[in-house]
Amino acid sequence: MGQIRDRTLLQEDNMKAILALSDGTVFEGQQFGATGETVGEVVFNTSMTGYQEVLTDPSYKGQIVTMTYPLIGNYGCNEADIESIGPQVEGFVVREYSAYHSNWRSKWSLDTYLSENGIIGIQNIDTRALTRRLRVHGVMNGCLATEDADGNIDVASLVEKAQSWHGLVGWDLVQRVTCPNPYAWNQHPSSSTDDFSTNQIPSENGKYRVVAMDFGIKYNILRQLTEHGCEVQVVPAKTTAEEILAAEPDGVFLSNGPGDPEPLDYAIKTVQELLGKKPVFGICLGHQLMGLALGGKTYKLKFGHRGANQPVKHFETDQVEITSQNHGFCVDIDSMPNTVDITHINLNDDTLEGIQHREYPAFSVQYHPEASPGPHDASYLFSRFTQMMGE
Amino acid sequence: MPKRTDIEKILIIGSGAIIIGQACEFDYSGTQACKALKEEGYQIVLVNSNPATIMTDPDFADRTYVEPITADTVELVIEKERPHALLPTLGGQTALNVSVELAESGVLEKYDVELIGAKLPAIQKAEDRALFKQAMVKIGLEVPKSGIAHTSAEAIALIDEIGFPAIIRPAFTLGGTGGGIAYNIEEYQKMVSTGLSLSPISELLIEESVIGWKEFELEVMRDGADNVVIICSIENVDPMGVHTGDSITVAPIQTLTDKEYQLMRDSAIKIIREIGVDTGGSNIQFAVDPKTGKQVVIEMNPRVSRSSALASKATGFPIAKIAAKLAVGYNLDEIPNDITAETPACFEPTIDYVVVKIPRWAFEKFQGTDETLTTQMKSVGEAMSIGGTFKEALQKGLRSLETGWSGYDNHPLEEIPLSELSSKLTIPNVERIFYIKSALKRGMSIDDIYSYTHIDPFFLYNLQEIVDFEKSINIPQTRPFLENGNHADTEFVSIMRQAKQLGFSDRQLSDIYDVPETQVRETRKNIGLEPTYKTVDTCAAEFEAETPYYYSTCSSEDEVRPTDKEKIMILGGGPNRIGQGIEFDYCCVHAAMALKTDGYETIMVNSNPETVSTDYDTSDRLYFEPLTCEDVLNIYDKEKPIGVIVQFGGQTPLNLAMALKEAGVPIIGTSPEDIARSENRQLFKEVLDEIGLMQPPNSTATSSEEAIPIASSLGYPVIVRPSFVLGGRAMQIVYDEKPLQEYMDTAVKASPEHPVLIDKYLEEAIEVDVDAISDGHLTVIGGIMEHIEEAGVHSGDSDCVLPPYTLVDEQIDQLKEYTYALAKALNVRGLMNVQYAIKNEEIYVLEVNPRASRTVPFVSKAIGVPLAKLAARVMAGKTLDTLGFTTEIEPPYFSVKAPVFPFNRFPGANSRLGPEMKSTGEVMGIDNDVSRAFAKAQKACGYTLPLKGHAFISVRNKDKRSVIFIAKKLTDMGFKLIATHGTAKVLLRNGMDVQLVYSIGKGRPTIHDYIKNHAVDLIINTPTGDIHRSNELLIRQMAIEHDIPIFSTIPGAAAAVNAIDALQRGEISVTPLQDYHK
Repeated sequence: MGQIRDRTLLQEDNMKAILALSDGTVFEGQQFGATGETVGEVVFNTSMTGYQEVLTDPSYKGQIVTMTYPLIGNYGCNEADIESIGPQVEGFVVREYSAYHSNWRSKWSLDTYLSENGIIGIQNIDTRALTRRLRVHGVMNGCLATEDADGNIDVASLVEKAQSWHGLVGWDLVQRVTCPNPYAWNQHPSSSTDDFSTNQIPSENGKYRVVAMDFGIKYNILRQLTEHGCEVQVVPAKTTAEEILAAEPDGVFLSNGPGDPEPLDYAIKTVQELLGKKPVFGICLGHQLMGLALGGKTYKLKFGHRGANQPVKHFETDQVEITSQNHGFCVDIDSMPNTVDITHINLNDDTLEGIQHREYPAFSVQYHPEASPGPHDASYLFSRFTQMMGE
Repeated sequence: MPKRTDIEKILIIGSGAIIIGQACEFDYSGTQACKALKEEGYQIVLVNSNPATIMTDPDFADRTYVEPITADTVELVIEKERPHALLPTLGGQTALNVSVELAESGVLEKYDVELIGAKLPAIQKAEDRALFKQAMVKIGLEVPKSGIAHTSAEAIALIDEIGFPAIIRPAFTLGGTGGGIAYNIEEYQKMVSTGLSLSPISELLIEESVIGWKEFELEVMRDGADNVVIICSIENVDPMGVHTGDSITVAPIQTLTDKEYQLMRDSAIKIIREIGVDTGGSNIQFAVDPKTGKQVVIEMNPRVSRSSALASKATGFPIAKIAAKLAVGYNLDEIPNDITAETPACFEPTIDYVVVKIPRWAFEKFQGTDETLTTQMKSVGEAMSIGGTFKEALQKGLRSLETGWSGYDNHPLEEIPLSELSSKLTIPNVERIFYIKSALKRGMSIDDIYSYTHIDPFFLYNLQEIVDFEKSINIPQTRPFLENGNHADTEFVSIMRQAKQLGFSDRQLSDIYDVPETQVRETRKNIGLEPTYKTVDTCAAEFEAETPYYYSTCSSEDEVRPTDKEKIMILGGGPNRIGQGIEFDYCCVHAAMALKTDGYETIMVNSNPETVSTDYDTSDRLYFEPLTCEDVLNIYDKEKPIGVIVQFGGQTPLNLAMALKEAGVPIIGTSPEDIARSENRQLFKEVLDEIGLMQPPNSTATSSEEAIPIASSLGYPVIVRPSFVLGGRAMQIVYDEKPLQEYMDTAVKASPEHPVLIDKYLEEAIEVDVDAISDGHLTVIGGIMEHIEEAGVHSGDSDCVLPPYTLVDEQIDQLKEYTYALAKALNVRGLMNVQYAIKNEEIYVLEVNPRASRTVPFVSKAIGVPLAKLAARVMAGKTLDTLGFTTEIEPPYFSVKAPVFPFNRFPGANSRLGPEMKSTGEVMGIDNDVSRAFAKAQKACGYTLPLKGHAFISVRNKDKRSVIFIAKKLTDMGFKLIATHGTAKVLLRNGMDVQLVYSIGKGRPTIHDYIKNHAVDLIINTPTGDIHRSNELLIRQMAIEHDIPIFSTIPGAAAAVNAIDALQRGEISVTPLQDYHK
């Protein structure tokens, strides 16, 4: 494999950084954020806004994320636009990091935010070249490192580290992001009112009691559930069906989360035991777990869907939703048993985006109706869940 | 939904002449719509009075009516064609207004024509301020507070609700005159009373000021299934208070978080649904308070717009094409995305580059007018650039303007005192961005600059980075590396790379280092620093792109692979300006179409987002790049075409021709040396002497000392102009010594290389334009156009008639012979335009342009032969014989071309016609009768010639004799005459009834009183020289304000009077080009 060496800015203050891919491709740029070395699966996200939400989405655990939009950091970082306790990505790759941040809500620069949270960033590389490589050859593992105190980086060893890393398949990443103990969302510091509420119809507070299984849940899902009148108890991924049912919830929510769904046998079992007993709604990894629980198969996509412009057709209304997505694995549409209806598909590649059980009150979507970042076109799904619980 | 089968014939209305605010973007959208709907098997009926458009090429519609876009004319078309549907949303405000008129007056109902795309109530809701405000409130969105006042009392009552600062806008004043921002009650009362007296209908709009807020735009599309997508988001660098058409804008939005952006997106979707635009695109503008993030809705355009053209070019998503398909029933998910081919159009484009749009103004042509940028658009064109970063895109954009900047240069007045500088920063002006540079260089803080400009600090910081980099270069230390080619120095190499990443051009570096540009280029290539080309693909590389649409950026991977086909590269015309606009783009598009048919791969290079040439469909490969020597050579080096065409894009590519040729680029068609022979005064004289043709007596001078004796020996009046200009820039007719001295001393910078040309002005000569095509052996005349106005008015500003209406056969034959001889002497291969003046039976050659001229599309439409296509094929080696164009066509009908002027945007500017071109566009009128053709052209310009009423006549002494017949004819036709003292006396003596008015300042009533009382319907006022200039100017300005036809030359007035006569004898009729060309 040839090496793509990027031209660098003459910025003496900036430390050199290198992203090495498992196919031997090397991108040289400058460091921002933290320093050190990290490995992960290198993926790209095509959303033009929402880098802070992307950084803090637990589903990116194990991944080094490239933004295809070239200017990142423009509007800084703030306390409200977080999707979990802090940045979750393994590394962050951009074309140009904007040292100046301008926005009335901005509190910190992206550089400060990343360095305080120990996330390595690399800038000034040809992110389009990187993206094209991932599109053509599929996502691959990479190693991102900054120069050491003597100004050296051992490029060959980085390539080797990328090659020898085990990758995401078969790895239970959920354990790295799930909450250690159950908690009530309304007691959580980040649950305070959201200035950017999208719900037009104020709901009765706490009308429905929902247990949310945390496989790496995004805060905006919890905010949305709350806005739709749910009182949410968040529980660790390994909570059993028995424990959940003992809490007598009105419904169970299966969250998004990182990595490969297949190794999560404990969760698949839990979902199987819940189906038919309580209304169940799953998003992203939650959808994949539902698919597996129903006897379906999942597979890894070549380079995944990560962005805020994915068209999804909703068969019931025949309308198209522009959706926010972040997944590398997918439920095989042909593996779905005839006990479920296909409710949504992706118009770009006809992959499965949503299912609904024909008998049980259970449905799930592969994409992110909670958006954040991304369009709010699919927020109706939260109402659908509350309706299901009301029936 | 599949496409509708209940409609078969669709009427599309274009936008007419190019005017400020409505330029070739509507040819781009209309052409796309015609193509898309024809593809679907619909019959297309098109109405557009603008002959320079691609859409009016007879191939693009089934029935093409080059007729005035007025409700009564379009009704005639409807009556004749009986279309089933009318698509009103693709021809700008003109088409929308006419469609509304037709709908409201019941014409559409009468002929059973359905409005598709947007229905009448939706258009009304979007266009009517009050209805729009109501709709916004209904869906919970905020709009700036506003109200209408007709009296001071009403205005005072409003201010309590609106609060300070408040904007006062008088209704219907020229260029928004009399408006302003009031910060306190005293100012407010003063502005209200001035505003009320200035507004012809005594009406003021009072608005809450959001000046200084951040300004954003979203381009939204909706289909019949209620799917809504956002195609592009745009952030204005210049905040609220500067019209978006006059703002530097950036796509996508840079300074909103996702939460804020999604809020705006939600609002946009709610708006398009509430307004009820059924299908198609809309542009929605928002203002955001930079301190609190509060968002308010400014306005919505329920149609495609200039911004949607920009959005299409910025993203690769063809909004107009898709809008047309949605209008006939398709849904977004049923239409494929052309660029990826495999994904549907129902998605939101995402881009992985930065797009910058920079306007281009023409204030130098309208001296005397206020150059402040306001909420009234004043720019005449724009350049768009694509780069990897904002800095790179901005610098590319600045050099794309072709106004002399080679990037983010130093302002020549950067040393102005601080007080002056701060006012240059505070009051929006054309060069504000360069004044920001001088502020940054002086160390002014971003906070301070922000407090003056309200330009978001994010952009200011990016500008600072460019300035800081420039400052950081150690020139003495690194210059030797640039000069002597020691390229091993890593620091030098690094500086060069960083400069390129920041978008610096070779010319900027050559200025910084003070070395020749060719040296920078050579060294740069030696160190392997070449631009990389990337694809505009709508999806940030997520899918493979099928469509070859490229831009350059300084990065690592060049993803563009040239083919090994035979290629021809066509250089476009860059941003529109007065004198170089859509006509040249038309020629470039034709070249691409013709050469494609001949099997060449065509490569288009252009930087103008409004055009058809920058549609990815037009050529095989599109490079959206600045038209500078560096950028063009880079593409040439990459693609290695067998030929480059420079003669179609106007002056822009011609200016590059020599340098390109020297760099080894094969220029096809007439050689750059021969082009230079026609432009160089001395060489051209030799050409004329050789073939025995006459020029008006002339000479050159570099100072007033030289000029004065020359002028008196030639005899006044003389025409003076700088050498090498387009559109008659700074060209003047001078009647005596004093103004000549003034001109030489102040108006131009003359030098031995660039002397001032002084020509004897042939008074009252007939001017003739000839367009011809030559293959090197055979020359065929395309058309001979006789100007209505005498020589001395710039040919672009004159009305002209094809074929000639007063010349005799001998003169026409002579003109032909001269043209053949000139083509031969200049070795023309391709197009040639010659301007002649005929005086006292003598024919003089005024100038020869061996290239495509502004009149090529007009002539092509008049004679039914696509001259530019033929010329492109000739340049590639075909002969006229093989192309089958060997005989000249003299149509049995008349085509009249008439110019359209932007004076209503430039109050205070001299609106008199002269050798300097001032029109922005043109229209065409065709009829079997020359007077009716002229009447149609006038109507298409927006002047409806009156059939009865009062004619005001005031002419200079030398015209008194000729005006008698005109006046007599007017009285015969039933007009009442009004005249000033001198003219009135002559008319009275000749037996006519005349109402006398006072000359201004000599008593009341004056003509002004008549105009204000709506008691004048036609004005004939020929200029008397500089003494009464201000009076004449006032009359012209008032005529423009009140839409009264005004004629300032005797031939023009005669043509108008004949046209009125023709109109009185019968209604005009409409005929499509296809029938004329049969």
